[in-house]
Amino acid sequence: MSHKVIFTDSSRLITEAAVRAGADVFIGYPITPANLLYYYASKRFPAFMAAPDEITTLQLMSGLAATGKIPVTATSFPGYALMIESINMACMMELPMVIILVQRLGPATGTATMGAQGDLGLVTGTLSGGMAIPVISVSNALDCWKLTANAVETAVTCRTPVILLTSKEEVMTLGNLDIADLPPIHPAKRKTFQSDGEYLPYDPDEDLVPPFLPVGNDRHQVRLTASTHNRKGIIQNSGKEALGNSVRLHEKILKHLPDFTEFDWDEQGKADVLVVSYGITAQAAREAVKEARGAGHQVSLLVAKTLYPVPPEYFRIMGRHERVIIAEENLTGQFRQLLFGAQCPSSVTGITSFGKMITPETITREVLDHGKSIS
Amino acid sequence: MERVYLNEERLPFCKGCSHTTLSENTDKALQQLGIPLLDVILVTDIGCHGIIDKAFKTHTVHGLHGRSVALAMGITAGLDHPDKKVIVFIGDGGTTIGMQHLIHAAHRNFNMTVVIHNNMLYGMTGGQPSEFTPCGFKTPTLPEGATEPAADICSIVSAAGASYVERVLGIGDFSESLATAISRPGFCLVEVMEICTSYGVKSNPGMKLAKVVEEADLPVKVYADKQITGPSFKPRENTRSLLDLSPEIPVTVSHTLGHPVRIQLAGSAGERVQSAAEQFAISAIRAGLNATKKGSYPVTVGIGFSASDIIISPDEILYTGSPVPDVLIITSEDGLAYARTALDNMQTGLVFIDESLPVPDTKATLIRQPFRETAGAKEAAKYSLTYMLQREGYF
Repeated sequence: MSHKVIFTDSSRLITEAAVRAGADVFIGYPITPANLLYYYASKRFPAFMAAPDEITTLQLMSGLAATGKIPVTATSFPGYALMIESINMACMMELPMVIILVQRLGPATGTATMGAQGDLGLVTGTLSGGMAIPVISVSNALDCWKLTANAVETAVTCRTPVILLTSKEEVMTLGNLDIADLPPIHPAKRKTFQSDGEYLPYDPDEDLVPPFLPVGNDRHQVRLTASTHNRKGIIQNSGKEALGNSVRLHEKILKHLPDFTEFDWDEQGKADVLVVSYGITAQAAREAVKEARGAGHQVSLLVAKTLYPVPPEYFRIMGRHERVIIAEENLTGQFRQLLFGAQCPSSVTGITSFGKMITPETITREVLDHGKSIS
Repeated sequence: MERVYLNEERLPFCKGCSHTTLSENTDKALQQLGIPLLDVILVTDIGCHGIIDKAFKTHTVHGLHGRSVALAMGITAGLDHPDKKVIVFIGDGGTTIGMQHLIHAAHRNFNMTVVIHNNMLYGMTGGQPSEFTPCGFKTPTLPEGATEPAADICSIVSAAGASYVERVLGIGDFSESLATAISRPGFCLVEVMEICTSYGVKSNPGMKLAKVVEEADLPVKVYADKQITGPSFKPRENTRSLLDLSPEIPVTVSHTLGHPVRIQLAGSAGERVQSAAEQFAISAIRAGLNATKKGSYPVTVGIGFSASDIIISPDEILYTGSPVPDVLIITSEDGLAYARTALDNMQTGLVFIDESLPVPDTKATLIRQPFRETAGAKEAAKYSLTYMLQREGYF
């Protein structure tokens, strides 16, 4: 793209990127702070449908995906909570879709107009049984472009719902952007069943993903089901084949994890201290690291973007540092808990915040304190 | 009759259950219409009726309890083809939990035929009453009998605007009713009245289906016959790129700024605070600066405070929060109330405040100006930013 500076919010970038990546229908139910996405989608998507509630939203998306569409929606916690059973269904039916979760302050209705990073525990626990659902988190405007395309491609490639995790501040704040900095996006390619032989809707290829055929096609019968099922799509309570099929849903995500792993790794020489962050707090972390380095301190930075499943690279990077500081805008440090469980190693410190953005100064202070204690 | 759409396996229902009759009637109705096997998409959900999919040779989609109509809406919209017949099997329990989906689908007239297997209780879970359990009808968990009348789904979806609606008894041959519904455009519904052989018959010995239905004042008849064509979902072609719709901001002037400046503008709803802040940020970009802008306001956007945080900087702006602004501009009483936290936090910096407002306690340098009197309430925000810029000369 040629140079052109615009003043935009990232909802515009997410919407445009989703369409360019091949998403072709947006299902919307209004909710703050996701309404800009609804607005832009109503102008840009090839098809747009207003749903009467969020359960219907996910059911509409599933039905559309079953016919070959690539649907997208945007919501925040209250809407996501209503969607959960249907997201489980879409996973079992192996239907591609992207759910943009714009985080706001909870619990419950909380404060609709205040940003937060409080929903990571919710989204990683979406699937009953402990199966993985890809969770991709944006950390700046460029991510909103690139990672939206990544989310669509992952949904199509893996035949799964994908959660694109954002927050109010990320999708509503306006900023200047040179669109020449946005890389081209190509439509996601779908693997379809080409043979004239029998079609088993849940018979995977080597990549653990079954080739797709839409319901209603004239060539082969398609069976989709939310209940535990065999390769034919016939309900089986606890047969080996059926249970193995459910386990495959998890394994296919793990197998494809390297394909959708995204993070920024900014290593500085022999730094002992590593700052880890994601989402809206990543920008404060970037600024804090810049300040600390400007003041003569050695510090490295990991901005995690693929949050779930956790890419193994994160542990390798953290393992190279004496001190790890994980900054995120929720009460208890949900990403830290995802990485280390309930008992965090003594070398890991959390910076958390509830109801207000974490400032760069807070992170810089922590970096400097750790720098002192190490030296 | 020879089966065409059903396979030859024994149907998975209890002996004497009308679900078997209903499945066979559906096969017969489809045969009457001569619909190709793969033009039929059967959508089922949870309840005894839902285990039928394995017996059908059509496309089958088996979803969540009570959500089959919503799922079918997506399928019919995605197919968007009058020859593709989307048939929904749902129970009275599913209709209870998913009634909004039926009303919505009827209201919008999504092309589908919903067949309600109404056996007047939850059969799969032990015989609990549903919204469709008639007054006086007993179930294992309600041995004294229901005390309220059953919901009349045929009247409900007819009122919502459904194209074709009929209630039938689930006895004998009712394939013609099903064929009529399947052949019609729009949202069609056939409610098939049944008695659950496991729980309904045992709890209400000797009771006959026709008598139950008659006493429940649920007439067996056609409720709607309108032939309404459902909506089309043809995709739009060539919608414009959102990047093209966003105007280019060329650099036309220069700036003198050597460091970021965080500005908070606090005023009242309806006084163009957000547009003034946006214009200011765009002006900064025209001067070659980076700029961010975000708004804060109550969910009822037409009343109370309206505030905006603007950052202008010669360098890339990463963190967009403004807990302690360098410059605070207050143009109204609402703005002053909102800006209390910023006023308390500011140890240095500038506070521009409308002259009509009380003088706040602050360690920042206070500049009082008659913004509202000079420019009027609607332009006070814009004027205050212009005044501040002229004084500070950032660009």
